[in-house]
Amino acid sequence: MLLEPTTHDLELIYERPEALADTQTHYCPGCTHGVAHRLLAEAIDELGLREKTILVAPVGCSVFANQYFDIDGCVAAHGRAPAMATGVKRVQPDNLVVTYQGDGDLASIGMAEIVHAAARGEHITTIFVNNAIYGMTGGQMAPTSIIGQKTTSSPLGRDPRLTGAPIRVSEMLSTLDGAAYVVRRSLHDVKNIRKAKKAILTALKVQMAGIGFSMVELLSSCPTNWGITPVEALEWIESDMIPTFPLGDFKISDAVKSLETR
Amino acid sequence: MAKDMLKGNVAIAEAAVRAGCEAYFGYPITPQTELLEHMSVRMVELGRAFLQAESEVAAINMVYGAASAGARVMTSSSSPGFSLMQEGLSYIAASDVPAVIVDVMRGGPGLGNILPSQADYFQVTRSAGHGDYHPIVLAPASVQEAIDFTVLAFDLADAYRHLVIVAADGLIGQMMEPAELPEMRPLRARPPWAITGANGRAKNVISSFNLQASEQEAYNLKLQDRLAVIREREQRSFEHHAEDVDLLVVGYGSSGRIAYTAVEEARARGLNVGLFRPQTLYPFPERRLRQLAKTARALLVVEMNAGQMLEDVKLFVPDRPVAFYGRMGGVVPMPDEILTAIEAQMTSLAPVGA
Repeated sequence: MLLEPTTHDLELIYERPEALADTQTHYCPGCTHGVAHRLLAEAIDELGLREKTILVAPVGCSVFANQYFDIDGCVAAHGRAPAMATGVKRVQPDNLVVTYQGDGDLASIGMAEIVHAAARGEHITTIFVNNAIYGMTGGQMAPTSIIGQKTTSSPLGRDPRLTGAPIRVSEMLSTLDGAAYVVRRSLHDVKNIRKAKKAILTALKVQMAGIGFSMVELLSSCPTNWGITPVEALEWIESDMIPTFPLGDFKISDAVKSLETR
Repeated sequence: MAKDMLKGNVAIAEAAVRAGCEAYFGYPITPQTELLEHMSVRMVELGRAFLQAESEVAAINMVYGAASAGARVMTSSSSPGFSLMQEGLSYIAASDVPAVIVDVMRGGPGLGNILPSQADYFQVTRSAGHGDYHPIVLAPASVQEAIDFTVLAFDLADAYRHLVIVAADGLIGQMMEPAELPEMRPLRARPPWAITGANGRAKNVISSFNLQASEQEAYNLKLQDRLAVIREREQRSFEHHAEDVDLLVVGYGSSGRIAYTAVEEARARGLNVGLFRPQTLYPFPERRLRQLAKTARALLVVEMNAGQMLEDVKLFVPDRPVAFYGRMGGVVPMPDEILTAIEAQMTSLAPVGA
């Protein structure tokens, strides 16, 4: 005999965040952009800020991010998201303004914009997705590509004698007085994803408390352009990326510390 | 209101403030720096947004952000800095957001110098960035016009959701003369398309990106339709004794103003000469110019460059001889130089009926 369905007893414990749009993304299988999007959306929902948030998307794989969030947003020119976000925030100071940027966008063409936004203590939050490669254009060397990493523009592996060493953006920005909260997290396993979520929540709270610039760097996977499987890509983050980009808190200002203990 | 003794750069800045400019982002560059300096005082005391950006690249993208949020916003620069803004200008134009850019042109190319020039005519009128579009371009010839055109620039930007450039030259920016400022206007409300947070409405997205060729072409067609309306409605020009002349002198901005003096002197010498001064460089005031050219026997274009507007004049008046007199690299022509050019052209015209 079949059991009667007992849907009235079920409790919904996992659903699409309101800040996410009900749609499919174009991201490749095994790419962690989707995880990063969800964490940001959950954090926005939990703070009740969906209707106050303005998302500045970059140029790169996340250029379509505005389609995947059910919030106001815009698409900046390549690397200029911190400048565009500054323009938005200065005339909409009560809004939550978030830039979502990849490593080519933020650490190469947009280095001046991110440094000066951080130096000004601009009241914006940056989600910095570092996957050590240019994804959208098909896997070229990024400023964060690690030594020896093979890409379509460093086919023999990144040679530091020719192209220098990867830039550790979080460490660099942490030296600036205007940077209030700068941390690096990873999306390669559940434990680290939970830590990343907590960091994003803190970063958004830092902005809404008017403390200063906040950034969460997320080590992310790009199996398509790394030329490995999704599972191998997660393993590569742990084995090869984290030694170059150690996880940790690089700047937690005193005002942020008191915010966290409140 | 009484007239004040005002420097062009300061007058433009104060006119913008009074026109309801809510945000200004800029970077120091001679000969427009007084504009930024005036904004640093006035915007802050009024509680509006002022920021000295890290570069012109950043400044124009800050403008893009504030414009996307629906604020009346402006930046200013001079030729080399204006070149750096091309990328942002194209994005702004392609996103249908209003913005006002002031280019106080200086001698080029390259770093050139800090003296007055009109060598950015191609750059401001042709596209000011990649892709098929034209900004609306206003060219003041006095401090008063610089004030009036700054206010007009904000209104046109809003009316068409379009990029408007005030193309002044270093002479207009730096000189002082009596002019009247407008009354202070209240800040206008944010338009419904602006990104201000999806509070009780569907989300707004400002973007210039579309991977579908057919949709991107459809957008381009819409943009071209808007430009056609702008060409139809917004041609503006000033003229002085321009009807039924033997020689019609055509110049804009400072060179148009200097040509005015030369035309007056030529007329005092009995020469049948008039002046046509485009106030909009885009749309080029071709309707009126064509009418006037019907009765003129020849035209003389005067510019502070190697002959850029000259191409537009020749395009719209193909059936009359068009001569050119220009100075470059920051050299400002004197009225007597233009007078000599006028006299040379008048001499070369065969006597009527001969």
